[in-house]
Amino acid sequence: MIAHYGYQDAEGEFFITIDTDRCGRCDGKPCVAACPRGVFTVEEDPYGDTVVAVDDRRRKRLRYECAGCKPAGDRPSLPCVRACPWGAMTHSW
Amino acid sequence: MITAGIDVGSKNIKAVVLRDGRIAGEAVGSGGFEQLARATELLKQAVRAAGCATADLAHITATGAGRTAVAFAHSTVTGVTAGARAANHLFPGARTVVEVGAEESRAVKTDGAGRVLDSAVNEKCAAGSGSFTESMARALGMTLEEFAVRSTQSTARIPMNAQCTVFAESEVVNLIHSGVDPKDIARAVHDAIASRVAAMVRRVKLEGEVVLLGGMAHNPGFVKCLKENLEVETLLIPDRPELADALGAALVAADRAGAAPGGRP
Amino acid sequence: MMMAPRQEYWRWAEGSWADPDRHWKDARVVTLGIDVGSVSSEAVVCLDGELYAFSTVRTAAGSVESAENAMKGVFERTGLRFDDIHYVVGTGYGRVNLPFAHKAITEIACHGRGANYMGGPSVRTILDMGGQDCKAIRVDERGKVTNFLMNDKCAAGTGRGMEVIADLLEVPIEELGPRSFDIDEEPAAVSDVCVVFAKSEAMARLKDGWSKNKVIAAYCRAMAERVAALLQRVGVEPEFFITGGISKNIGVVRRIEEIIGVKALPTPYDTQIAGALGAALFAHALYLKARGKPQAA
Repeated sequence: MIAHYGYQDAEGEFFITIDTDRCGRCDGKPCVAACPRGVFTVEEDPYGDTVVAVDDRRRKRLRYECAGCKPAGDRPSLPCVRACPWGAMTHSW
Repeated sequence: MITAGIDVGSKNIKAVVLRDGRIAGEAVGSGGFEQLARATELLKQAVRAAGCATADLAHITATGAGRTAVAFAHSTVTGVTAGARAANHLFPGARTVVEVGAEESRAVKTDGAGRVLDSAVNEKCAAGSGSFTESMARALGMTLEEFAVRSTQSTARIPMNAQCTVFAESEVVNLIHSGVDPKDIARAVHDAIASRVAAMVRRVKLEGEVVLLGGMAHNPGFVKCLKENLEVETLLIPDRPELADALGAALVAADRAGAAPGGRP
Repeated sequence: MMMAPRQEYWRWAEGSWADPDRHWKDARVVTLGIDVGSVSSEAVVCLDGELYAFSTVRTAAGSVESAENAMKGVFERTGLRFDDIHYVVGTGYGRVNLPFAHKAITEIACHGRGANYMGGPSVRTILDMGGQDCKAIRVDERGKVTNFLMNDKCAAGTGRGMEVIADLLEVPIEELGPRSFDIDEEPAAVSDVCVVFAKSEAMARLKDGWSKNKVIAAYCRAMAERVAALLQRVGVEPEFFITGGISKNIGVVRRIEEIIGVKALPTPYDTQIAGALGAALFAHALYLKARGKPQAA
């Protein structure tokens, strides 16, 4: 399953996309600890896979939660995306 | 040398007449649908206040969302550039400039001399600007002044879930109905917008002293919450923070008039 | 089956329905799905994995109270008691707080399952646009979600945004769709996405001499463009199925269809119940699984 967490508003589209088929194979879920804002949680999806999801309280303010990792100038790679050994995560902005 | 800056926002228009680097005259008024007519009128007022004539102006620079509507301006400049220029004119050396107006908010990193290094802007979503506070004050039936002061008296921290002005209005009404103290709601509202503004500051990386410009700098509830969210003791706020962009445009006008002898490009 | 009772436009009327040709006493497995949404809450009863009855109520202050109200509606309609139910699944905003549900399942998964039942196994793309959110979901032939997103942050892409514009123009909301086509030429979309700013823009256009219908058309187009962008993020594949209040605004639906180049499937059902129906269907499968029988759903 491709899960897009985030939103679209007048400023643009702000989604973190997780490929749960890949994510489900990962034991350590290192992305959770890699995020300095605690954006991620681990949950069992409706089809029985243990996967990473975006915390419900953070979902509607992702643009702001992720601001520190997305400086206006030079953009380094994102810690969550870098931490994912399965290449299961992307950001839309 | 005398120049003018005119800031055409979607809500208000501000005009500043600058004589030798100092504000000599100013005028502020609502914009409305007839932006050009209102801008002309307000510039005249500012010129009168400065005790000179429109013909004395070496250069006029317009800024703000409606800057292209100002047909009589010699040049235009973006709000980001104008704000940074004004911030470092007023506070030389300051590196971080935050500006929160009625319909726009931004964080700018400058070189300390008025040049923009990085910027992050929110101009399309009302929840990121001062209009969010106005809508919530209306929902609570308070004036903006009362709303701001009550916010500073709150010691409780209640979260706001809605991130959209329209949804937040309903949330505020629900909070009132469930008996939450209005001062705590006021604080939650100011905290919500301050956290969004602080996130933009994180994008330009906070460095050195922070200048706060724009009409929201008059709001003590917002200022308090912004300090908490930025984890800073002080914010540098000029006497007339709402005039900053117009001042910056007038300063840019002086630069341009100086660069082009005679002032008229 | 019979047509479900007619509902209000965005703000759904409370009501209940039961299939007059069936009786729950004849069923082997009776399951209940409850969807507590931000505006309305629904309870659906399935008999052996088939839709039997539902009720819809306005959401109350608490999610448990809302769920109980919805449940009461369907029990009064059918004569069922809670003890007659074999398995209960809760979903929606309040899914975590239902003490009487055996399991909570996300509204996305339930919606996909419910739309698969209502639109049939050929449904691949679902758009659900309610009063306060918008979901774009891709499903496989069994209704399993393969790709989804939900937007509940911004009012502009929801029924709420439409209500604000209807109020501003003083046009009854059910007239928005038809009126948006009563124009000489299709205007460009309203350029301000944010509802707060779009209100000012609408006022300015009226002042420029635009008719109300033209402003409505520009707003319906803006909404369609936004929703189409969300649909394209999950990828549109026919058949395409629309649920929720927006399905009644042809001004938005026709424009979405035009942009994505796919027509929406018609349905005789009251699509408001998609989430609760999916929950009841999940409940059926989970009950059979718990009893060690092969999954029929």
